[in-house]
Amino acid sequence: MMKLRAILVMTIYAILVTLASFWMAKQSYSWFPPEASAESKLTDDLFSLFTGLGTFIYLGVIGPFIYSLIFHRASKYDRSDAPPIEGNTWLEVIWTATPLVLVLTLSFVSYRTYEKMSIRGPMELVHLHVPQMIEPAYAEPFDSTPQQDIQNAVETEPIEQIDVTARQWAWVFHYPEKDITSTELHLPVDRRVRFTLRSQDVLHGFYIPAFRVSQYVVPNEDINLELTPVKTGTYRLRDSMYSGTYFAANQTDVVVQSPNDYQQWLADAAAQTPNSAFNQAAYEYSQSSEPGSGNTKDKVAVRGWATIPPAPPPVVNYAPKHEPKSPPA
Amino acid sequence: MTNISLEPIEIVRGQPYPGAPDNWKRFFTFSTDHKVIGIQYIVTSFIFFLVGGLFAMIMRGELITPEADLVDRTVYNALFTMHGSVMLFFWTFPVLVGLGNYLVPLMIGARDMAFPRLNAVSFWMIPIAGILMMSSFLIPGGPSQSGWWAYPPVSLQNPTNNLINGQVLWILSVAISGVSSIMGAVNFVTTIFKMRAPGMTWFRTPAFVWSVLAAQLIQLYGLPSLTGGAIMLLLDLTAGTSFFTPERGGNPIVYQHFFWFYSHPAVYVMVLPVFGIFSEVLPVHARKPLFGYRVIAVSSVIITVISSAVWVHHMFASATPPWMRMFFMVTTMLVAVPSGIKVFGWVATIWGGKMRFTTPMLFALGGISNWVFAGITGIFLGSVPIDLHVHNTYFVVGHFHYVLYGAIVMGIYAGIYHWFPKMTGRMYYEGLGKLHFVLTYVGTALIFLPMHPLGLMGMPRRVASYDPEFAFWNVVASIGGFLLGLSTLPFILNMVSAWVRGEKVGNNPWRAYGLEWLTSSPPSVENYEELPLVVSGPYGYGRSEPLVSNVPNPDLTEFSESLTPQEAS
Repeated sequence: MMKLRAILVMTIYAILVTLASFWMAKQSYSWFPPEASAESKLTDDLFSLFTGLGTFIYLGVIGPFIYSLIFHRASKYDRSDAPPIEGNTWLEVIWTATPLVLVLTLSFVSYRTYEKMSIRGPMELVHLHVPQMIEPAYAEPFDSTPQQDIQNAVETEPIEQIDVTARQWAWVFHYPEKDITSTELHLPVDRRVRFTLRSQDVLHGFYIPAFRVSQYVVPNEDINLELTPVKTGTYRLRDSMYSGTYFAANQTDVVVQSPNDYQQWLADAAAQTPNSAFNQAAYEYSQSSEPGSGNTKDKVAVRGWATIPPAPPPVVNYAPKHEPKSPPA
Repeated sequence: MTNISLEPIEIVRGQPYPGAPDNWKRFFTFSTDHKVIGIQYIVTSFIFFLVGGLFAMIMRGELITPEADLVDRTVYNALFTMHGSVMLFFWTFPVLVGLGNYLVPLMIGARDMAFPRLNAVSFWMIPIAGILMMSSFLIPGGPSQSGWWAYPPVSLQNPTNNLINGQVLWILSVAISGVSSIMGAVNFVTTIFKMRAPGMTWFRTPAFVWSVLAAQLIQLYGLPSLTGGAIMLLLDLTAGTSFFTPERGGNPIVYQHFFWFYSHPAVYVMVLPVFGIFSEVLPVHARKPLFGYRVIAVSSVIITVISSAVWVHHMFASATPPWMRMFFMVTTMLVAVPSGIKVFGWVATIWGGKMRFTTPMLFALGGISNWVFAGITGIFLGSVPIDLHVHNTYFVVGHFHYVLYGAIVMGIYAGIYHWFPKMTGRMYYEGLGKLHFVLTYVGTALIFLPMHPLGLMGMPRRVASYDPEFAFWNVVASIGGFLLGLSTLPFILNMVSAWVRGEKVGNNPWRAYGLEWLTSSPPSVENYEELPLVVSGPYGYGRSEPLVSNVPNPDLTEFSESLTPQEAS
């Protein structure tokens, strides 16, 4: 009878844990920024799978753990020992083999996802996969939309090349086709984009959370990164690799536009003469290093130490209108 | 292992050891007694823990608003550099070396470590290196601002152009602490291999000793890599070499390999002894043998082996080719297997036990629950596509602080409370201990849990300012941070007052089964009057089997009556 009851309780708990895991897996999509690239959908699906399994394992371990904490306590004057159970070979084999199978499966699924994203990345000597060869059968267990998007984007139009230069502390984007520079990243929707990332000084991190991909930018090295924006809108590009004093301010906007708007923007930018862009780091540095400006002391409670001076503000065809928060003294 | 002669006692006696065990002045001397050194390590590193915590609280103060408005950006960058460096090199490593120093010889039935003088030298290098690092606050350019990872080229940019700058002091300090750790590792490994009491075979050796051995083996193979990398960095910085300097043809990525080849396994150097503490504390307070003791012991060594081949998972977003990303993803995920074995073993240990929620037990249980969570987010991070999104975001910060604070610091607290009566002969105050636990557990969840959603939303780590969309979770985290700062007060009060005037308890207040509980509290200078002859394995709860044959067995009847009412709460 006791055994039957235990099996019943365990079955009910297992069902509850499974339901909770599915619920968490569904919830996980809402924890992210918008899915603005085809690759982001692949990442979010993978993350959802991990969240579901992770929840299952967590509750599967914590449930019995808490049950023990409640029911397996010594009564006040009970000084005796518990039964000397030292182990159980079968249990130990099961809880070694199950995680082994699980992590190998997760590695394999992650590998598949990475393959489908085919973002290239650094020093790709052997191409793991080319997008044209993606077969629909690969879609399981996910829906096939993202790789279809990638494939369509690659097949319909040539890859849009953009050169990205990172420096302390600014981003400059160069569009070689029209020979335009900008401090704001404009991208055409539904087209494959290939970034060539270069750094002029230290390591930087090219990170657009809405695209779910970050990649270090390394001096003396050209790193290619491919992405497919699928949703128009404005997103953030952040420097994800600590790059010195004004690292946190080294951000810019990413504008994904319809093909027409994008062409229009390219044409407008090409018509403009290059101009010095607003640069947050250079602005803050000039504020703090001007001896007469005075207002630095009021802004921060503790004065700082010496810093590498920021590179001069980049001279570009297009720069977004940024008003300094307070007028220079 | 059984042929250790008893002769060396005379040699030990011949040494001028300063002060008797009841003389507090011995803690300020070059003592070669492993118990004195152990406590020296623990107290010194705890002071650094408070310093590092203070840095963290200033950072949380800065992050309570989106703008960079409390401290200058350079100050914030110096603070997170010093926070990480102090917490790792001067708190977590040394405090665990301290606990190991105190406990390993007692647990294996030895009279001291293998090389007592080397042991004392290793300890005294820690305050020297720590003060050297702190002194960088006083030089003109201020401390290093390149983070505890000190990646070139940022770490090679020297804005003051002075030869003596924060980065140079940082490298020297880390090198000294590294040498100290290597000497400590040689000492531990020799002690554990050569000085176990007669009859203590490998599978009669406590899980804590296994885990310390596994951790110290990592120090031996890993630290030379970090120390070598640090020396090359120093040469680049001061002598104009170009190992890592891109403008002179160097490769900054190579440094990352040198750094992480040691610094990822270093996480296991820190977490393995804590696993050992969990494995010791649970059986005592649940009155049940450690479930699957042999597998738990061996899994420590498996972790040592696997952890030597996972380091590139810190570099998935770096200039790492795809094949390397895939290879290290698989090895990283494999670490989950031996870690899982331990967790399942602990849950099975308390299952059906007779638990008492003493303070060490609460900290151990809290630490394990946090570890389960941290382990699962660790598997997320091991997956390359997920890591490419959350790399260098607050998700990573949340994950590793769950490991370092949620599991490791809690485990350290569990160990300190559990062996406090052995170290001092007195009992800590349960009420203060429980208050400490509640503050720590709640504070940990409040500060580190919100970092996970922040990271998923795309907030980079190491930022002094951030977009307003991240403000809410940052306020919650800051409140948690201040709570953690507060939580150390009842702990300090408890330790100081209990050491001075706590209730005197006998040699074995927990009725625990283990060699360290055979001797007096605090133990005499040479630990045992007669070295014990071990005749069975550890954790003999419920078996009424003798542990040793030549001296009285642990007294499992002795029990501090005054503890009973609080424990049964």
